[in-house]
Amino acid sequence: MQQYMLTVHSVEGSPALSAQAREKVYRDVDAFNAELRTSGAWVFAGGLHPANTATVVRVREGELLMTDGPFAEGKEHVGGFWVIAAPDLDAAMAWAAKATQACDAPVEVRPFHDIPPE
Amino acid sequence: MPVVDGSQIERVFREEYGRAVAVLVRAFGDIDLAEEAVQDAFTVAVQRWPSTGLPPSPAGWIVTTARNRAIDRFRREASRDDRHAQAALLHSQSGPAHEGPVGDDMLRLIFTCCHPALAASAQVALTLRLLGGLTTTEIARAFLVPEPTMAQRLVRAKAKISAAKIPYRVPGESELPGRLRAVLSVIYLIFNEGYTASSGDRLIRQDLCAEAIRLGRLLAGLMPDEPEVMGLLALMLLTDSRRAARIGPDGALVLLAAQDRSIWNRELIAEGQAIVRACLRRNQPGPYQVQAAINAVHRAARTAAATDWRQIVALYDQLLALTSNPVVALNRAVAVAEIDGPLAALALVDVLELENYHLFHAIRADLLVRAGRTSEAEDEYDAAIRLTTNAAERAFLERGRQALS
Repeated sequence: MQQYMLTVHSVEGSPALSAQAREKVYRDVDAFNAELRTSGAWVFAGGLHPANTATVVRVREGELLMTDGPFAEGKEHVGGFWVIAAPDLDAAMAWAAKATQACDAPVEVRPFHDIPPE
Repeated sequence: MPVVDGSQIERVFREEYGRAVAVLVRAFGDIDLAEEAVQDAFTVAVQRWPSTGLPPSPAGWIVTTARNRAIDRFRREASRDDRHAQAALLHSQSGPAHEGPVGDDMLRLIFTCCHPALAASAQVALTLRLLGGLTTTEIARAFLVPEPTMAQRLVRAKAKISAAKIPYRVPGESELPGRLRAVLSVIYLIFNEGYTASSGDRLIRQDLCAEAIRLGRLLAGLMPDEPEVMGLLALMLLTDSRRAARIGPDGALVLLAAQDRSIWNRELIAEGQAIVRACLRRNQPGPYQVQAAINAVHRAARTAAATDWRQIVALYDQLLALTSNPVVALNRAVAVAEIDGPLAALALVDVLELENYHLFHAIRADLLVRAGRTSEAEDEYDAAIRLTTNAAERAFLERGRQALS
């Protein structure tokens, strides 16, 4: 099985969902997660706190440097992701189609490198 | 002993390259390996066939030779990536036992090349490369793209197919309509690129039309029950039938009404019209079939004056209902002008939002001339000339503009 990352992209400053709409997203994502688990495609998933809670760490001239805020400078940030197992891209795209409808945001599909043999 | 010359081998190459690559991709699951092996096989053929003569089945010979070459390559590389190589070798040897018809392999390859996860430009390049056997140099020249750019486009597309596991499979029934539309639009794009050559190497451009028609015929043979596949083939045949009449001796575009109909290609017209008739009997219309039908009505007229414009307007109405595209509405207005006059057509054209489309201005210019509104026509000619990138069209428009002053 090939593994794919389904990344949810959220745009900073876009209008907040109504409480009702947010409830619906939660419900739909829960249902989607349940379907992933039952089918055996589930590997991992998680939603993230907003990008302003992020910290970037890097090494510069031998020293560890920590900076407040997300790495990407744009307004679009990863809001959450799924890791799924699927036989091919068509199967992964079918999951992604359900994912984007459930979370009401664009979803990027990217293949993982093959898992090295154990 | 029969003498085999280069052109015979060239013909086998054109006809069998895509088929051989398709079989090898299925057997080995690796596009690069399949391509290299098939190219190796043709290299051997070029060396051997002139002295041995053509084998009884050149296609079978190419596939067998390519398969052996691929297995050799795997054996050589086995130490480097043992597990992978062994697995692929096993896979290839178990292949023939459950080998489907070769046509299925070609269909799989077409759908892989035209997968919607690939950019349209990559779909076109891959289709020409893998199914048409065109070299990267030829594709780059045909699309007026620097060769390194085209090479990179192909490498990236193949890397994505492999990394993202774009399947080598004919899509299931639920996905088929959408996926088939992508395949048809790739073939039609190849055709149009060849037909409306804006510049560049003209011969190579004409090759693109021939290649698109070859792919259209191939698909029609593989999916004869898909009416739009037949519609696209008919549309290309009927369009291509008037190629010779389309450009005058001075290199300027010749409009349909002024074309010398005696040099239209009758064989292509007969073939295209027969397909259109079969489509009409089937009565499952789609945009390509209706466009083919419009062309068929034009081809049926012995003179421009004998054109059945009412029939053409009715077909455009049907096409608009299927596509709601402003360019279709523009072409419909041209047909309306022939029945109700230029003023009626202008009223239809004026509401279309096609300011950046050169033919919008060219058609307005023509309608204004016919309505006697010369000074407005001059402005429209200027706009059309400014927007066109096609040398033959520009020559035509400049002549129209000059005739006014």
